[in-house]
Amino acid sequence: MPQPKKQSIEAVPLRHPYRVAVALFLGLCLIAFVVDAAHRSAYDWQAFGKYLFDPRVLKSALVTLELTFAAMFFAIILGITFAVMRRSPNPIFQSVSWLFIWIFRGTPVYVQLVFWGLLSTIYHSVFIGIPDLHFHHFYLGVHIALSQNTSLFWIAVIGLSLNEAAYMAEIVRAGLLSVDSGQEEAAASLGMSWWTTMRYIVIPQAMRIIIPPTGNEIISMLKTTSLVTAVPLVTDLYARTRDISDETYNPIPLLLVACAWYLFFTTILMIGQYFLEKRYARGHRPMIASAS
Amino acid sequence: MSEVMVQATDVHKSYGSHEVLKGITLEVKRGEVLCLVGPSGSGKSTFLRCINHLERINSGRLMVDGSLIGYREHNGKLYELKPSEASAQRVGIGMVFQKFNLFPHLNALDNVISGLVRVKKIDKATAEKEGKELLERVGLADKFQHFPAHLSGGQQQRVAIARSLAMKPKLMLFDEPTSALDPELVGEVLDVMKNLASSGMTMIVVTHEMGFAREVADSLVFMDGGVVVESGDPKQVLANPQQERTKSFLSKVI
Repeated sequence: MPQPKKQSIEAVPLRHPYRVAVALFLGLCLIAFVVDAAHRSAYDWQAFGKYLFDPRVLKSALVTLELTFAAMFFAIILGITFAVMRRSPNPIFQSVSWLFIWIFRGTPVYVQLVFWGLLSTIYHSVFIGIPDLHFHHFYLGVHIALSQNTSLFWIAVIGLSLNEAAYMAEIVRAGLLSVDSGQEEAAASLGMSWWTTMRYIVIPQAMRIIIPPTGNEIISMLKTTSLVTAVPLVTDLYARTRDISDETYNPIPLLLVACAWYLFFTTILMIGQYFLEKRYARGHRPMIASAS
Repeated sequence: MSEVMVQATDVHKSYGSHEVLKGITLEVKRGEVLCLVGPSGSGKSTFLRCINHLERINSGRLMVDGSLIGYREHNGKLYELKPSEASAQRVGIGMVFQKFNLFPHLNALDNVISGLVRVKKIDKATAEKEGKELLERVGLADKFQHFPAHLSGGQQQRVAIARSLAMKPKLMLFDEPTSALDPELVGEVLDVMKNLASSGMTMIVVTHEMGFAREVADSLVFMDGGVVVESGDPKQVLANPQQERTKSFLSKVI
């Protein structure tokens, strides 16, 4: 029998001519925009270059970073606390957590920041202790004066973190809910208390679900800090660049400066998030290496 | 030390208006193996979960080793125990679940010693020594570092048994321990349970493995609709059931 001649079959992948055409068109649009923008005097690239590394701008960029991380630090701690309280068997904890989330997620962050800024005009001082009980001039309790001089930076951090805590609580709650209830039963059957179960069994497993959206929240917080002008805190990146442009009557290059810095920070955070997600999304592979 | 390990008297349990247990009375002596069989929804798993107070009973008495489970009796009334007291009771009662419920973020050894370290507060080195011995006992000497995701179902269930045994329980509860396993993996788990039974452990096993019941159990209880329909020596109940419901159930599963 004659051997059939071996013939290789050439596999031609499906062509996508429209994709190529659209990509070319969009590329041309982008080039046209960039070339135009480079020559358009309103953008004033010279001023952009001048102010991009202006010490005032650099300092304000640092304030924005500090605000972001301080606010997220407290938001994560509070968020975990409220999420765990929401799941606790204690109805008082559940209600307090629900009320907090209801208020702080249900009102705009800008309005909340204005409120925190006005706190010292609503309450002149806070007294913790037993009221109307004093010997001569010694009160049983602590007086905290809320003066106008209270650090605006920390008022901004409080305002941002309380608002963000409500969102973090929901993220953490979703993470806790993702852990199978059999885990709690197994832990209970070993005699673990509710808190031990949370601390060593449920929360570590929930981290896989909690970490990626938390990265998102940090990026979101970075941009939300531009609202602290409502407090009014004016040392952050956006407020500072606007202040400068109020003097120079040239707002557009300074807006671009602010955008460049926000974009730079966001890019770094996105890279960090990419690696974190890769680490925590490894199928159902163990995420925490044991010490033993 | 009483002869009776588990004493259930007229145990009732409802979810809302739906009564799952309608008065269960049974007794398990120290060192005995009791198999609970019956169709799904008969309340056998619920009853098992009541024994370590994972479920709260509505009325009746449930005693393990002479002490009331989940409640304290005072002036003829039952007062629910504080969570810490209920946890302390559970330490003495091991439980093995249908879906193993191993902790996926811990390796086999850390799973086994989790109760020793977190509940009994034993130092890690001592706990690891005990944990390794237990894993060797269930035939997993080479799997200490493996995470649950990298173990077969049968191996996972054996780790789960070792995890319960680490707490040195006086009573072991098994909730359909082989139902989630591939057929060829059932044997290795049943072998571990047989060894445990012959070592004198008191066990209550909810199961569909009639061969295991016939061979290992000291008594067999058939439940249906929240009541005990028939109970007695497993060989006799299986070979010669007296009740119609037992007969029709056994004719379907054997």
